[in-house]
Amino acid sequence: MAADRKYAMRAVFGPAKFDIGRFTPHAGRLRMRVVETGPGFAVLALPWHEELIGDPQRRVVFGGVITTLIDQASGIAVACAMEELVAIATIDLRVDYLRAAAPERELFARAECYKLGHNVAFVRATAWDDEPDDPFAGCLGTFMIGSGSGGSPFSSVGRPDGGSQ
Amino acid sequence: MNRLVAAIPYARLLGIDVEETRTGTECLLPFRPDLIGNTGLPAIHGGVIGSFLEMTAIVRLLAESGLANVPRPITFTIDYLRSAGPRETRACAEIFKLGRRISHVRAIAWQDARERPVAAANGKFLMG
Repeated sequence: MAADRKYAMRAVFGPAKFDIGRFTPHAGRLRMRVVETGPGFAVLALPWHEELIGDPQRRVVFGGVITTLIDQASGIAVACAMEELVAIATIDLRVDYLRAAAPERELFARAECYKLGHNVAFVRATAWDDEPDDPFAGCLGTFMIGSGSGGSPFSSVGRPDGGSQ
Repeated sequence: MNRLVAAIPYARLLGIDVEETRTGTECLLPFRPDLIGNTGLPAIHGGVIGSFLEMTAIVRLLAESGLANVPRPITFTIDYLRSAGPRETRACAEIFKLGRRISHVRAIAWQDARERPVAAANGKFLMG
């Protein structure tokens, strides 16, 4: 993505400047937080909590929790690639579980929108617990651009005041 | 099966239930405002729908295999067909192959009518 391009979300690029829970109730319920955003990418964190366990014996988080974290990071990455914010909708996600996530650890996901078309955006993402280059999950996703009649939930985030209202 | 779902903390957080119906086992996701992903529509979070489908696949695998341990997903692909509105969602799963090592499962979720699914998933799981 060219550095001189216009980005609707440019005002919030950099280390986390907005509370995702204010825009996405379920992300707030899971206490997810935005670590960093930039041109066409987003890094999110999910703090460890007992409620996220999917396998009581191994105490690892439920696979779908990773889907939620990656879907959220991917949606923000697409918004961070747009010149003007419009509503988006997930078309599909393929999550590969490379290994078990370490129990009782904060989890991270980084998503990158590597192609923003007129109708469809393509995203790749990884999730890790310790080192970004040792991911426990990988993902490919596609998103529909301009879905439905609603606006983007991030439209107030992209304003220069960062949606502080 | 409800006991099993109750033993999985994230299934409890989502509020998933299992029901035996005329046509087989169905999973049930009652609506709650904190499941919303997009407040504009509003629509249930894509990750919640994905988790619900994954849980439905796991419930089916456990019932068919008799295993005590939760099968581990290898890869899970979700197609989002319609936005999932603020109401109850149901899902069922079908096993294409129940293997000793790997099983293949497909799951679909719907709201108003089973013929109008909101999402469909295809997953491969490591057994045991």
